[in-house]
Amino acid sequence: MYCAGIDIGSRTIELVVLKNREIVEKRQVDTGFDPMTRARELLDGVEYERIFATGYGRNLFEITFDAPTITEIKAYGVGAGSLFQKVGTILDIGGQDTKAIALNNDGKITKFEMNDRCAAGTGKFLEIMSRTLGYTIDQFGAEALKATKNLQINSMCTVFAESEVTSLVAKGEDPKEIALGLHRSVVRRAVGMLKRVSVGNDIVFAGGVAKNPCIRRLLEETLKRQVLVPEDPQMIGALGAALLAGENK
Amino acid sequence: MSDDYRNMWKDLGLDLKSHDMLLEILGKAYQDIYMAQKDRPEQMSYFDFVMSEVHGLRIKELMDEKAAGRKIIGSYCVFVPEEIALAGNATLVGLCSGADFAMEEVERLLPRNTCALIKSTFGFKLGKVCPYLEASDMIVGENTCDGKKKAYESLNDIVSNLYVMDIPQMKTDPGRSLLKAEYYRFKEAVENLSGVKIDAAGLKKSIEIVNNKRKAIHRLYSLRKADPVPISGLDALLVNQVFFYDNPVRFTESVNKICDELESRIEKRTGAFPEGAPRILMSGCPMAVPNWKLPWIIETTGAVIVGEESCVGERGARNLTDDSGSTVEELMEAVVDRYFNIDCAIFTPNPDRFNHIIQMYKEYRVDGVIHFGLQFCQPYLMEAIPVEKALESKNIPVLRIETDYSMEDVGQLKTRVEAFVEILK
Repeated sequence: MYCAGIDIGSRTIELVVLKNREIVEKRQVDTGFDPMTRARELLDGVEYERIFATGYGRNLFEITFDAPTITEIKAYGVGAGSLFQKVGTILDIGGQDTKAIALNNDGKITKFEMNDRCAAGTGKFLEIMSRTLGYTIDQFGAEALKATKNLQINSMCTVFAESEVTSLVAKGEDPKEIALGLHRSVVRRAVGMLKRVSVGNDIVFAGGVAKNPCIRRLLEETLKRQVLVPEDPQMIGALGAALLAGENK
Repeated sequence: MSDDYRNMWKDLGLDLKSHDMLLEILGKAYQDIYMAQKDRPEQMSYFDFVMSEVHGLRIKELMDEKAAGRKIIGSYCVFVPEEIALAGNATLVGLCSGADFAMEEVERLLPRNTCALIKSTFGFKLGKVCPYLEASDMIVGENTCDGKKKAYESLNDIVSNLYVMDIPQMKTDPGRSLLKAEYYRFKEAVENLSGVKIDAAGLKKSIEIVNNKRKAIHRLYSLRKADPVPISGLDALLVNQVFFYDNPVRFTESVNKICDELESRIEKRTGAFPEGAPRILMSGCPMAVPNWKLPWIIETTGAVIVGEESCVGERGARNLTDDSGSTVEELMEAVVDRYFNIDCAIFTPNPDRFNHIIQMYKEYRVDGVIHFGLQFCQPYLMEAIPVEKALESKNIPVLRIETDYSMEDVGQLKTRVEAFVEILK
């Protein structure tokens, strides 16, 4: 049986199709301004019997496509749990949310934390800051890794941080150093959230921001332990949804 | 809307344009949140009616009472004893504090990081949209949290009839003596306001009226222990909210009527939610009308709220006042005893509240506790952390929510609440 999971995030939509728990198809598009049209395009020509939706657009998808939904928190828990046997904590930094999820030894979610309203310290924050400094999102982490100083960025709010960055640029500060400072501030916030759910067993880092090498390294340095990153960190939510679609026959 | 009401509102000094806007928003929210519910008890029609007339018929009744010589006392807190007001020929009403209004005006008088409830109190006054406040002969403020305490100093500049009651912060003998002295001072203030001397017979009678109101709502609480739950948490919350507005005797009758219906629903196993729906206990800050945001989010996930550990709920209504005394002094002692038991987070330490949460968790067969804290509400937000730890140490699932009256965080709240309910299933 073919089971699909779709994760409609604020920035991107991911689709995973499974056959007997093996991935046979994965796709991704930008969410854009009309997520349901994008979702329909993404599903074009894809064969599946059941589909589960997750992500912030899940309720809209539920209405449009008459599909069951689950939260990103459960989807990431199931998705990460299927890839890493001993996962105890998951950090997901996406386009507009950061989540820390704790699992018990049976892989059941016991506790989670999530930013409550603004997108401070999420993927969107990094995206806007990279633009302010003239980097592409792919360059941003790599360039930050070349920095050497310990520049402190105090603002967590995107708007305030942007003016802080502008004034640092005006002081002649090296953009790489500013980039590192910004990465540090994201990691500080994420670690705070991780500690609130307590960090046990293996830590899995997923979501789009997990592709950023600087965030990965700073996380490992701060937590003083290895952080596991799946091959396709953005697909974990869709994978979890697809697995759940397969379970609930 | 009848012209009589418009004239009445105009006479009360309301800003009719803003008030129309408020009623429109309130009406729409009520439709979307309340009328959209399925399988409601029929007797909820009474409370639907009360809400539809909350600024109309009920205000008209209060104006009629005033014309007949009664006084109206407005309050913001469950520490203001209704027994004393009633015994002094006065009606006690809760004042509006559950929605954002005239925020630009409010922030000229209060710091931005003031809780939504206090800001709302000012918003309703500055926006001239609360007929209860304008109809009140006396407005009672109470020194509970620091926010309210200091805000009343500023409120005093914009209302002419504010009376401030001091409230103890510790459950000690001196604490109780303070409450007693303040209740005697309040008794005197009510007597001066109405010109009626409070006697034992009057006080005894008013204790009976208020106790009956509490007994009726206790009956409602206990019926929510059934599975399937015969009434939704939203509907039960509304009954708890109307507790503060309605005529106490009529309210008591109406609650008992709905309880009769709920008993027969339980017998027939008719639920507002299907049997086995995850059962939630809400704990924390008061939920004033029309602050239905979080309960609405919770119940649209398929979970059902079976109890409120809240001022608008069991914290406010728990315990009766002993009416066995025969002198004013004895009855006043009983009033003090009853209110001194309230486990508000302004008290330090406050172990009773922890015990009550755990007790309610067991009695209502709760699956998980959602702690509701208003942003910037220091006492409840501070207490939320030890509450969470205490519950977690007993393996009771708990979700800590901090929010306000705005709708901007609905998306995130939905995800958090849904994920919490997924854990409970």
